[in-house]
Amino acid sequence: MSILSDIAASLQRGEDEEVASLVRQALDDGQDAVAILHGGLIAGMGVVGEQFREREIFLPDVLLAARAMYAGLALLKPLLAKDGVPTAGTVVIGSVRGDLHDIGKNLVGIMLAGAGFDVVDLGSDVAPERFVDAACDRGASVIGLSALLTTTMPVMKDVVELVRARGLQDRIKVIVGGAAVSDAWARQIGADAYGYDAASAVERVRALARTPA
Amino acid sequence: MKDLRTRLAAGDVLVGDGAWGTMLMAHGVRPGEAPESLNLTQAGVIEEIASLYVEAGADLITTNTFGGSPARLRQFGLDGQTEAVNRAAVEAVRRAARGRAYASASVGPSGHLMKPYGDADPADIGAGYERQIRALAEAGADLVCVETMTDLAEAVLAVRAAKSVAPDLPVMATMTFETTRRGFFTVMGVSVEQAVRGLSEAGADILGSNCGNGSGTMVAIAREFRALTGLPIAIQPNAGLPEPRDGSLVYPETPEFMAEQARGLLAAGVAIIGGCCGTTPAHVRALRGIVSAMRS
Repeated sequence: MSILSDIAASLQRGEDEEVASLVRQALDDGQDAVAILHGGLIAGMGVVGEQFREREIFLPDVLLAARAMYAGLALLKPLLAKDGVPTAGTVVIGSVRGDLHDIGKNLVGIMLAGAGFDVVDLGSDVAPERFVDAACDRGASVIGLSALLTTTMPVMKDVVELVRARGLQDRIKVIVGGAAVSDAWARQIGADAYGYDAASAVERVRALARTPA
Repeated sequence: MKDLRTRLAAGDVLVGDGAWGTMLMAHGVRPGEAPESLNLTQAGVIEEIASLYVEAGADLITTNTFGGSPARLRQFGLDGQTEAVNRAAVEAVRRAARGRAYASASVGPSGHLMKPYGDADPADIGAGYERQIRALAEAGADLVCVETMTDLAEAVLAVRAAKSVAPDLPVMATMTFETTRRGFFTVMGVSVEQAVRGLSEAGADILGSNCGNGSGTMVAIAREFRALTGLPIAIQPNAGLPEPRDGSLVYPETPEFMAEQARGLLAAGVAIIGGCCGTTPAHVRALRGIVSAMRS
């Protein structure tokens, strides 16, 4: 199993070429793509997420690790798809209408991808209808909303209400996050969960995705 | 009005202004609009907000140009109007100040991560800052205020840009720190020590911190700056982090609370005390009271 821990360690150091070459080597050795994904990439990103949460490392380290993760993921994805291996679930994410800040949202996307989710990133300044339409089109069970500004946070409520208005609240859960967003805010607007940071967002999304549809 | 640098060198403590974003929203900016577009469409509102802060006793009035770099304005299709947007902001503050306060030209982050962490080319970001700061200086800004920075490389580009296109203007450079177990760092991993070294080498005249999670933490950050630099220190905290109350969001720190914390900032030797997100003319009035009381 040591090559898998090598992949995880190399990912944590942000070595994209090394991760790709180790993943290739593991596949050549006959390792299963699912095992490489979990034992290598997801394990490595888990550590990165935890270290960032504790601020033992910072955003630049996370971004470099993410690049390495994607380098490995690009090699595994076609194999996983060919074998019909289910992902951890599909999540639609974006910054709400009026909010152009995307660094936090991108970070959550990285961590979700690093936890094995299929991430549909709609970008920033996303209208409520687009979130809900995309979730339906892509079969997503979770919508992740980001807002940095106190002035755009109320838009999150519009998305929650639109999910309800379309009768989708049992199939599609909404999680919210952002610098000024809190658990109390999530409850106040009727969202299903609040992600304090990228790592906790992944934990919450996992729990939401497990909730039976 | 006396030269800013002379006053700081004489040990004068100056009061900054408070938040602009929330004031603009109260005056009708809608989410998704560039706050800076109001400099062109509603200059009267900008002048009115600036007047409220002048009357509250602020010595420095921030221009509504935080997102006035072309990289940022491009997100709203306004980069072609970079000069006009920045010029109008300085002019509005000057009309309101009428010689009673300095026009502090706000320069915020580009909103893009630079290579190798993102796609932005540092040369483009630097050229954009030069373009913005040239317009601000030509319109009569009294100082350049590089603020809310988390990436030291980007902050240094902004300070260098200011020194290159407006060498006569003092430059204040403040970064936003988080509290970690190992001390204060920006989300990009910049320590206070690295900030002091990098910003000083780039030529900044005033160093410090703005935004963040409240005025209490800022006292500790100010002490760390004081231990590392002889340059004047500027501290402009948020009124805490917003809390949901009755369907809206409220910044928890009252003017009285912030004024109490300001005593700690003054004791730490801070030269410029103002506010960031969630602070109002009432906060500035309270800060003015503390600073004036200390001086007399």
